[in-house]
Amino acid sequence: MAAEKSTLRVFLNGIVEENPILVLMIGLCPTLAVSSNANDALGMGAAASFVLVASNLLVSLLRKHTPASIRIPIFIVIIAGFVTLIDLLMHAYQPGLYKNLGVFVPLIVVNCIILGRAEAFAYTNGLLRSAADGLGMGLGFTLVIVILGAFREILGNGTLTLFNTELFNLGAGFTPALVFIMPPGGFLAIGFLMALKQKFWKKS
Amino acid sequence: MITNDMNVFMILVSSLLVNNILLIRFLALCSFFGLSNKVETSMSMGMAVIFVMVNASAVTWLLYHWLLVPLHQEYLRTIVFILVIAALVQFEEMYIRKNFKDLYVSLGIYLPLITTNCAVLAIAILNIDYQLSFIKSIVYTIGVSVGYTLAIVLFATVRDRVFLAPVPRAFQGYPIAFITASLMSLAFMGFAHLFGL
Repeated sequence: MAAEKSTLRVFLNGIVEENPILVLMIGLCPTLAVSSNANDALGMGAAASFVLVASNLLVSLLRKHTPASIRIPIFIVIIAGFVTLIDLLMHAYQPGLYKNLGVFVPLIVVNCIILGRAEAFAYTNGLLRSAADGLGMGLGFTLVIVILGAFREILGNGTLTLFNTELFNLGAGFTPALVFIMPPGGFLAIGFLMALKQKFWKKS
Repeated sequence: MITNDMNVFMILVSSLLVNNILLIRFLALCSFFGLSNKVETSMSMGMAVIFVMVNASAVTWLLYHWLLVPLHQEYLRTIVFILVIAALVQFEEMYIRKNFKDLYVSLGIYLPLITTNCAVLAIAILNIDYQLSFIKSIVYTIGVSVGYTLAIVLFATVRDRVFLAPVPRAFQGYPIAFITASLMSLAFMGFAHLFGL
């Protein structure tokens, strides 16, 4: 079934049809925890996407040499290696972001999306297709988390920041609903996002 | 934030209520939504989490301070911790199945699930990040895991009632569960600044 899809379809699959957060309901912890502003959400999405593409590539490259019985520990070591890499890089070049994301940077290693794609896709598919799948899933994850982050930041703080620059500020006339940047707002925002999805998104 | 200067009681209150792992810190949410359909299931999961988390914290703390720090290999902790936790859970499952039949029946199927529970790795890492002593990291872990059990059992009882309520179609299933969690989280926000935490 998967072999018949074109590479483009594989790429789009992660963004729409099998969006990891909205459809598969995985990777919830970082989604809620770092989406209190759009900037952190984008950083988290980028870091997770990088690990996803890199681990998909390596798993796909090594798939003929990976014995089936010990594949899961091997996947975990590959993923943990890339997570350590991004952890050190972010600590060195984006210290502010690193501080905001906190424990959720090393926790990318237990993000079910990444292990799930290694097991379900990269282990049985070629290099190019695995990279496309990783990129699609990563973008699907990033898209949802940034939308959530932007929504919460605008309502809860009256601002929108991306790439460390403030895009706009609603100013003093706007009274922000603080609850949206606090933990209850995270649950509330994703609850409404999912309700919207159930309302307007027909299941195929 | 937890620091090593805080006394044991403050660490417990902070980890159990003020910074509840599920409702305030957003960790272990997959099991929070996946396993809270029945009160008994959530209770068993809570017990399994307490058991594994305390063991895993003790082992990873000792490994970090007695092996990685003397060898100056601190950057390897993510890889080492995840492998050690996975192996530990496998080993404990086998040991319990062989020696404690009753316990295995009640915890059994939940033990392997915990390997993928991000909270276990998170607490192992936080123990290091907060620079806690061995005893205090165990106390912190107990507080966190009991807080997990408290929140998931409360959530399961609320979901039992929501199940019978007429919910708008768009909100059926997960959306209403998230709204419920949001309200519970709001209630737990009430603990903020308790004893100045």
